[in-house]
Amino acid sequence: MSRMDPMPPLRMETVVAARTAAVKADVKVKAETVSVFYGDKQALFDVSLDMPEKSVTALIGPSGCGKSTFLRSINRMNDTIPSCRVTGRIEIDGMDVNDKSVDPVVLRAQVGMVFQKPNPFPKSIFENVAYGVRLHGLATSRGQLNEIVEASLRKAGLWDEVKDRLNASGASLSGGQQQRLVIARAIAVNPEIILMDEPCSALDPIATAKVEELIDELRSNYCIVIVTHSMAQAARVSQQTAFFHLGKLVEAGPTEAIFTNPKDSRTQDYITGRFG
Amino acid sequence: MTEHTVRSFSQDLEELSGDLARMGGLAEDMLSDAIQAIASRDLALAETVVARDPQIDQLQVEVEKKILRLLALRQPLARDLRQTISALKIATELERIGDLGKSIAKRVKLVDGIEPVNALKGVARMGRLVTAQLKRVLDAYTAQETDAANRVWVRDEEVDEHYQSLFREVVTYMIEDPRTISACAHLLFVAKNLERIGDHCTNIAEEIHFLVTGEQLPVERPKVDALNSN
Repeated sequence: MSRMDPMPPLRMETVVAARTAAVKADVKVKAETVSVFYGDKQALFDVSLDMPEKSVTALIGPSGCGKSTFLRSINRMNDTIPSCRVTGRIEIDGMDVNDKSVDPVVLRAQVGMVFQKPNPFPKSIFENVAYGVRLHGLATSRGQLNEIVEASLRKAGLWDEVKDRLNASGASLSGGQQQRLVIARAIAVNPEIILMDEPCSALDPIATAKVEELIDELRSNYCIVIVTHSMAQAARVSQQTAFFHLGKLVEAGPTEAIFTNPKDSRTQDYITGRFG
Repeated sequence: MTEHTVRSFSQDLEELSGDLARMGGLAEDMLSDAIQAIASRDLALAETVVARDPQIDQLQVEVEKKILRLLALRQPLARDLRQTISALKIATELERIGDLGKSIAKRVKLVDGIEPVNALKGVARMGRLVTAQLKRVLDAYTAQETDAANRVWVRDEEVDEHYQSLFREVVTYMIEDPRTISACAHLLFVAKNLERIGDHCTNIAEEIHFLVTGEQLPVERPKVDALNSN
């Protein structure tokens, strides 16, 4: 480095502080001391994490570290497991999702979810997207329904590939197309938050790239939280990364800082492939 | 630090450190022999320094190949990433130090017969200081010791001061006896090369600091500028 350089000193902490400030701007989902128990076994310990609006938060960590459990507590998917108990507080725009007045069905429309394996309904491509729209009464006419279906498929980057066979079965699509179909299904009901649990782990590299490109586009409108086992994917798609280990949140911060200069030695060891 | 789950990854990184240590050792020997050759007007020794430069160049090419392969196949992250990138940059610094050492050695015959001998002594003193800086920064790299690296970074000021006073001294000799101008001009190049090697040592120190802490040292460092203060 030339010391003749007139540039002001670039300190990593300055960059990180600036990025953290940007990330902190609008918190969409706020978790405070969230613990999850399956029967007597505690799976998640006092996790507090802010997930910002219009931004992708990646949850990483070895299998069984609690990242999926945490993700599922955001839209109360854990309610479906009888022995499961959640303590602490999860807020969406300041609203407690576990409040008695919250209808989990409405909540899950607001908080869409995409799973590891694409799970299209055994219906046509059109019906896969239209189903939730009808269920929630979001379209008042057939024309409006068509518009919503087309717009959702376009947003999911699938329209051009399926527009001539909307009546074909959703299951007839390739794995990558099916995953984009279920993303279209999720965004058709106007969610504000999209949760993704290893959405690319069953896809080939090209389909993965398409889904990642889609995530990057969706980021301008949604708060996205993604669980991934691929460090490279977390680094590529997210702005914030949170590392979980043994049910605890070890470290969270701007993705760039986590992958170049993590503060905790456990994060360092995990992302450099020394355990996990 | 514990081993990688993929052990060959650790081996790749160790191999890289080994190559850099070899490059550093070569650069250090070339520099101290070049200074020895200047001080004792030893042309034969100077020629061996020139002859050794291709070895350092070759090692640098190999290091770059290995790093390219490492980045493509292993996708290093966090400290591994910093280690890989700093190795790439340090290899370049060491290659430049080798070139400057060669350039000093090439001037041995050009400063032959210079009077007074005092000027040569001054260059030799500055040379020993710079050699010590290089040795310290290489030790700091091997031990991944950021404090030791920072001390090298700070001590470059001494090198700059030496350069400044040597510059004045040699210019005085030129004024006193214009017949020495040609030889003295070459001596100034030697001094400038040593000053540049000092800068390369501070660049390596900056890389060590980044590698260990993940943070950059400030761009500005207290500096005596020979050109402005004359």
